[in-house]
Amino acid sequence: MTDALIAITVLWGFVFIYAVMATMDFGAGFWSMIYINREKTKATNIANRYLSPTWEVTNTFIVALVVAVYSLFPTAAYTLGTILLIPGSMILLLLALRSAFLVFSNIASEYRKPLTYISGVTGIIIPGLLISVLPITHGEYLNYETGNAQLDLQQVFTSPNVYTFIVFGISSTLFLSSLLLADYSKVSNEMEAYKVYLRDAKIAGPISLIMAFCIMLTLQREALWLYNKMMEDLPLLWVSVVFFLLGGVGLFAPSFFEKGVRGMPRLAVIAVTVQYLIASYVYGKAHLPYIVYPSVTIDSAFTDPNSFRAVFITYIVGFAILFPGFIYFWSLFMHDKRYLQQKNPQEGAR
Amino acid sequence: MKGKVCRKDVTIMDDLLIARSLFGTTMAFHIIFATIGVGLPLMILIAELMYQKTKDLEYVVMAKRWTKAFAVLLGVGIPTGTIAGVQLSLLWPGFMEVIGRVMPLPFQIEIYAFFVEALFMSIYVYAAERIAPWMRIASLILVALGALASAVLITNVHAFQGTPAGFRYENGQFVDIDPWAAFFNPSFFVTATHVALSAYVTGAFIVASVAAFKMLRNEYGSRIYHFHQKALMISLVVGGIASFLTATNGHTAAQYLHQYQPEKLAAAEGLFETQSHAPLAIGGFTDRETETVKWGIEIPWALSFLAGNSFDTVVVGLNDFPEEWWPPLFVHTLFNAMVLIGSLLIFIAIAGLAWKKFLKKDRFPKWFLWILVTSGPLAIIAIESGWILACSGRQPWVIYRFLSTAQAATTATDLGILFILFAGVYVILGTAVVLVLLYFFRKNTVMDDIDRAEKKNVPLFSTNS
Repeated sequence: MTDALIAITVLWGFVFIYAVMATMDFGAGFWSMIYINREKTKATNIANRYLSPTWEVTNTFIVALVVAVYSLFPTAAYTLGTILLIPGSMILLLLALRSAFLVFSNIASEYRKPLTYISGVTGIIIPGLLISVLPITHGEYLNYETGNAQLDLQQVFTSPNVYTFIVFGISSTLFLSSLLLADYSKVSNEMEAYKVYLRDAKIAGPISLIMAFCIMLTLQREALWLYNKMMEDLPLLWVSVVFFLLGGVGLFAPSFFEKGVRGMPRLAVIAVTVQYLIASYVYGKAHLPYIVYPSVTIDSAFTDPNSFRAVFITYIVGFAILFPGFIYFWSLFMHDKRYLQQKNPQEGAR
Repeated sequence: MKGKVCRKDVTIMDDLLIARSLFGTTMAFHIIFATIGVGLPLMILIAELMYQKTKDLEYVVMAKRWTKAFAVLLGVGIPTGTIAGVQLSLLWPGFMEVIGRVMPLPFQIEIYAFFVEALFMSIYVYAAERIAPWMRIASLILVALGALASAVLITNVHAFQGTPAGFRYENGQFVDIDPWAAFFNPSFFVTATHVALSAYVTGAFIVASVAAFKMLRNEYGSRIYHFHQKALMISLVVGGIASFLTATNGHTAAQYLHQYQPEKLAAAEGLFETQSHAPLAIGGFTDRETETVKWGIEIPWALSFLAGNSFDTVVVGLNDFPEEWWPPLFVHTLFNAMVLIGSLLIFIAIAGLAWKKFLKKDRFPKWFLWILVTSGPLAIIAIESGWILACSGRQPWVIYRFLSTAQAATTATDLGILFILFAGVYVILGTAVVLVLLYFFRKNTVMDDIDRAEKKNVPLFSTNS
C-alpha cells in the first residue's frame, strides 16, 4: 500500500464514521422535533437523551474530517475549498443555527418547542447538503475557464443525480437514526418509543434502498466512469443488499432473545451499518484515484512525506490516548442503566 | 510566491476586502466564546477545589452555575469554531494548501484536544451525579486542559504565520519540510502563552463583572450578596495573577516583534524613522502625512529600552520598508487599547484585593463595584484589539514575507451575499445566547440552587428548571 493509499483509507474511515454519527445526530434532532407533541410515547425524550451528551463529540468529527483533508491532501484542499465555497457555506450556516438552537432548546424550557423546530428543520437539511459534496467531486459540474476549477451551481441544481443523492442522504439519516433510537429505547425499556422508531425504520429503510438504486441509474447517465467502476464490484453490492435484508429481519421478525417482543434492533443496527460500510467501500474504491474527477488524484494531491509521517504518528498516539475516553463515554451514556432508565425522563433530556 | 505582493487590481481588492471582512467577522465573533471557553473552565475547577477544601456548598453551586453558562456558550463557540476551521479552507485555499503541507500538526493535535474537551464536558455535566467526586474533578481538569490545548494549538498556527519555519521554498517547490520545526517556530511559546493567560484574565473578569453587578443589585449582608462576593474574590485573585503574567509576557512578545517582524512593531508604535533612543508614543493617532503620532504622549527613549533592554537599541521605522509592506497604521490605536486595558485590570485586581485583605473592609464602595462591572467587557475589548492588531499588523502577508493574503484568497467572486448571511447568523446567535442566559439565570436563582445543593439526593448539575 502506498502512503497516499493509506492516507485516503484513513480519510475514508473518517468520512464513514462521521457519516454514521452525523445521521444519528441529525436524525435524532429531527425525531425529537416530530414527536414533541406526543409526550406519552417518550420518543422525544429518548432522542434527547441520546443527543444531549453526544452532539459535541459528533461535531468534532466533522472538524477532524476537514483537517484530515488539508493535512493529508493539501492540493485537494485547494480545489475543494474553491469549489465548495457556496455549498460549504450553506452547510456551515445551517450547522451554526442547528447546534446553537439545540443547546438553547434544552436550556430555555419554556421556549422549547419553537427552538426545537429551528434545530430540527435546519438539522435535517444538513445531511442532504453534506452528501451533495460527493456528486460535486464527480466533476460533471466543474468548469476550468479561469484556469482554476469553478463550480457551476446551475448545473448542480438541475442535475437529477444530485437530487437523488440529496434524497438518499436524508432518507438514510432517518433510517439509521430511527434504527439506532429503536435500539436505544429498547435498552432504556421505553417500549412505546421503541414501537414508534421501529415503524419509522420500516418506512425509511425501503425508501433509502430505492434511492440507492436511483443513484446508480442517474450515475450511469452523469458519471459513467464511476458507474462502470462500481459495477466491477457488483457482487459486493449484492452482499450489501443482503445485509439490508438481514436488517429487515431484525425489524420484522419476532425476537430470538426475548419472548413477546417483535424485532431485534441491535441486529438491525449492525446489519445496516455493515450494509452502508460495504456500499461506501465500493463507491470509494471506484472513485479512486480521483479526489476531484479528473483534475485531482490522491497522488497529485498528496502531502509531503515528512508531514504525512508526523501526522500519521499523531493519529496513532492521539487515538490510543482517546480510546479509553471513548469507552468510558460509551459506558456512561450508552450502557449505564441509571442513565438510560431514568425515573424522571425530563432530567436526562436536559 | 515569494516577495510578490497583491496586484492593485480594483475588483480583486474588493473581493479580497470582503473575504477578509467575512473571515474577520467570524473570528471576532468566535473569539469571544473561545476565550471565555478557555477561561471559565479554570474558574469552575477552582470553585470545585475550593469546595473540596472548605466543604462550603456555595462553591458547588458556583461551579454548577458557571458550568451551565459554559455549556450555553459552547452552543455558540463550537459551531462558530467549526465555521472558522472550515472557512479557512473555503476563503483562503492558497493558505491552507501551504499549512496542510508544512504545518499540519497543530490542527491535527487540536482535534484530539477537542475530543478530550467534548467527551469529558458531557461526562462532567450529564454524569455528574453518577461518578465519584474525584472522577468529576478529573473530568473537569481534562475539560480545562482540552480547552487550553485547543487555544495554544490554534495560536501556534497564528505564530507560524508571523515567524514561519520548518521549510524552504526553492524554484516553486517546498523542500526540507520539517513539520516539528514548523510546530516549534520561534514565536510559538511566547504567543501561545499570551493567548492562554489573557483567556484566564477574560474568564476571571467576566465572572467579576457578573458578581459585582449582582452585589449592586442585592442587599449588603444578604446570603446572595455573600455568595457573589465569594465569586468576586476568586475572580480577583485569578484575574490579578493572570493579568500580571500577561503583561510580563506581553513585554517579551513585543521584543519578539522587534526581532522577527520589525514593521509590525513600527506600525504598532507609529514609528517612521529608524533610530536609537526611540521614544514610546502612548495614545494618539498615527498620521501618515506628517509621519508622527498626533495627540499622543511621548516618553523619550522608552521604546528602545522596551524593544532591546537598552536605550541605544536601534528600532527600525516604517520608512525602511516599501510602503506596500506596511501594516495599516490604525494598529497603533489597537495596541494602546490592549496595553492600557491590560494595565488597568492589574490595578483593579490589586485594589480590590488590598481593600478586602489588607484594609480588612468587607464592603466595596458602589463606584468601585461599577468599575468591576466594566472589567469583563473591557477584557473582551482588549482581546479583540489584540487579535485585530496581531492579524492586521501582519498584512499584507498571510504568511510573513512568504505568501500574501491576496494570493491565498479564493478566486471566487460575489462574496458579499455570504458576508451578509454569516453576519446575519452571528447577530441571531449573539442575541439568542444573551436572551437564553438571562432567561435561564432569572428562572434558576442562586437560592434555588443553594436549596437543591443542601438537600441530599437531589440532582444539582443536571437540573435546570
